[in-house]
Amino acid sequence: MKIEGKKRLWREYQKEIAEDHYYFARSCVRQQIFPGAEQICVKILQHDLGRDVFDDPGHTTCTGIGYHTDVVQLETIMTVVARQFSLMTNAGYENFAVSCITSFGIYTEILETWHHFPETEEKTREYLRKATGREFKIPVNLAHTSDIFYKFRHEIAQKSRYKLINHNTGEPLRVVEHIGCHYAKMFPHKGVGGAEYPYVLAGLAEALGGEIVDYPERRHCCGFGFRQYVVKANRGYSISASKIKLESMKPYKPDLIVTNCPGCTVFLDRWQYAISEMEGKTYGDNGQGIPVLTFEELTAVCLGYSPWEIGLQMHNVGPEPLLRKMGVPFDPSRKYLGAGGKNIGIPEKPKVLVVE
Amino acid sequence: MKSIAVIGGGVAGMEAAAKLSKMGFSVTLIEKTNQLGGKLNKWHALFPSRRPADEVLNGLKTRVQLGINILLNTEVEHIENDDDGFAIALNQNRMITAHAILLATGFDIFDAGKKEEYGHGIYDNVITSVELEKAFRSGAVKTLQGKTPKKIAFIHCVGSRDEKAGNPHCSKVCCVTGVKQAIELKEMIPDSEIYMFYLDLRMFGRHFEELYKEAQVKHHIQFIRGRLSEAFENQDHTVMIKIEDTLIARPLKMNVDLLVLLVGMQPSGSINKIIHDLELEKEKDGFLKQADKHLAPHKTNIPGVFVIGAASGPKTIEETVNEAGAVTFEIADYLQNKIATKILKNENSFI
Repeated sequence: MKIEGKKRLWREYQKEIAEDHYYFARSCVRQQIFPGAEQICVKILQHDLGRDVFDDPGHTTCTGIGYHTDVVQLETIMTVVARQFSLMTNAGYENFAVSCITSFGIYTEILETWHHFPETEEKTREYLRKATGREFKIPVNLAHTSDIFYKFRHEIAQKSRYKLINHNTGEPLRVVEHIGCHYAKMFPHKGVGGAEYPYVLAGLAEALGGEIVDYPERRHCCGFGFRQYVVKANRGYSISASKIKLESMKPYKPDLIVTNCPGCTVFLDRWQYAISEMEGKTYGDNGQGIPVLTFEELTAVCLGYSPWEIGLQMHNVGPEPLLRKMGVPFDPSRKYLGAGGKNIGIPEKPKVLVVE
Repeated sequence: MKSIAVIGGGVAGMEAAAKLSKMGFSVTLIEKTNQLGGKLNKWHALFPSRRPADEVLNGLKTRVQLGINILLNTEVEHIENDDDGFAIALNQNRMITAHAILLATGFDIFDAGKKEEYGHGIYDNVITSVELEKAFRSGAVKTLQGKTPKKIAFIHCVGSRDEKAGNPHCSKVCCVTGVKQAIELKEMIPDSEIYMFYLDLRMFGRHFEELYKEAQVKHHIQFIRGRLSEAFENQDHTVMIKIEDTLIARPLKMNVDLLVLLVGMQPSGSINKIIHDLELEKEKDGFLKQADKHLAPHKTNIPGVFVIGAASGPKTIEETVNEAGAVTFEIADYLQNKIATKILKNENSFI
């Protein structure tokens, strides 16, 4: 593989990412599935990077899942998005930072639609006015939070206590990056690195010392694909898509998978457990899985946050092999202790997948 | 003596310059690179006869030797047009004048890297038809790892008939080029498996259909109707391709040692300045517009400016050479009429 060819594309696909003062738009699902990820995202931006982030309790879901499963109409989602922008405007912010990839895709698609079909923006303003009496400004900058972490990747690397380097061998850890479809596949120029060879997570992982693995099924669906999972009868497609990816990456012996999409994180993690139960197959060393971390969780581990504080115990595949490779100290006895030392319950051990 | 500036020293320009010179015109042949012959210099053999490209190139070179002012490494910087003709500013502060201009500026080869999902320039063993031709000229086709490829796939219509790539037109010559190259590869590596993935095969020229049949019957080359969705590199540097077989409506996945992209022709980017200066009209697809496709195919919208070859759309060498012959009459006719008009004008003013 010729890295120069990729670099040529990466130079072509760069985007403006605001320097500071973000209105933070949370995801509707991330707080249920990996609740620590968003929390630590805000904490890193505010405390480690010293940025101003407004975490607004007043905003709602973007309704993207409903839109992509045909239960929410275009006019409705546009009005919901307009309301989020109105909250941003009222709070005195201009930079919209989005936590969820699907939401990022929704905001991007709607802004592009309004740009090319101004009458749809006018109509949306009218709907919002009638429904809520609100007005809004278009954000000056729209970025996914992984864009922001990418922008500050060297600063993050500088502050990191642990690197993506095997502390026993000194070798870089092998990182599979998986980018959510809605990040750049619809609008390649809205994503760092474009759609085919995205650089947003690769750049972050490289800055943290890791080595990126480019494997044959890198662009294949993670297994979510909305209808593949949301329609219960289709879930066979979902798990088979994840399996294709896991089989394809296995020969490269990745040490971890890093993602920037709620769906990708869940399915690449959860289906490893399901495949192990269904077929007895595992993809990591010694019957373990390949740890799947969101980019915020990975950054937090590097910055020295406790793995249990950031919620890594909520993953189906245990993070311990990765933590040991990185030389990150952790207390196994505190794994299932929540805030204030309260026991959050110990899950049943899987039959095949080895979890500590 | 009337002077003509021929811009472009490929097949079209060389042949037209030779003919115009033979007719007694003063001809300046302007070529931006350091040699005449254009893209023919990169080619190994020509379809459908597989005649060596050098044979045709040498034939053209022999014809342009006498009486033609050949300017190599020369680029047109600016053109001005008045009643008497054209003032052409060249690089290195040179200037020439001409009574007529013939644009033989050819075409650009599609940059396969623009089809990012195919991985040209990134994956080790994804090459273009132009690079394959270069390998034929060197006498060996190998993978980047130095192995003889045993399983090879060709992808038709790369950068042609592709609106996303900005080229809605058919490049016309790639279908038969692919068939020719597949046969050459099969002869070079008899135990290889070769697959051609096409949208449809346009065997429009004399003996093209026979070549297509020979590829199937004699060489057992597999033709599959389908479009490549994406390519990836495997750990062993082979290329995994994902294609839809559109006849059976099924997806197909295959590993090949070498993937050849049949890249198309697109309008030359180097003549945009000339187009601007002369206010020439272009077609929607960017190629130069012919004044009348049927009755004046070599004229442009500007009197005294003529066009031949791939500058006005994809052409074969045979078509280009024919056009070069035809345009000499058009230019001679134009210059003669111009003289006659001038004499008439002078006589009238005298009266």
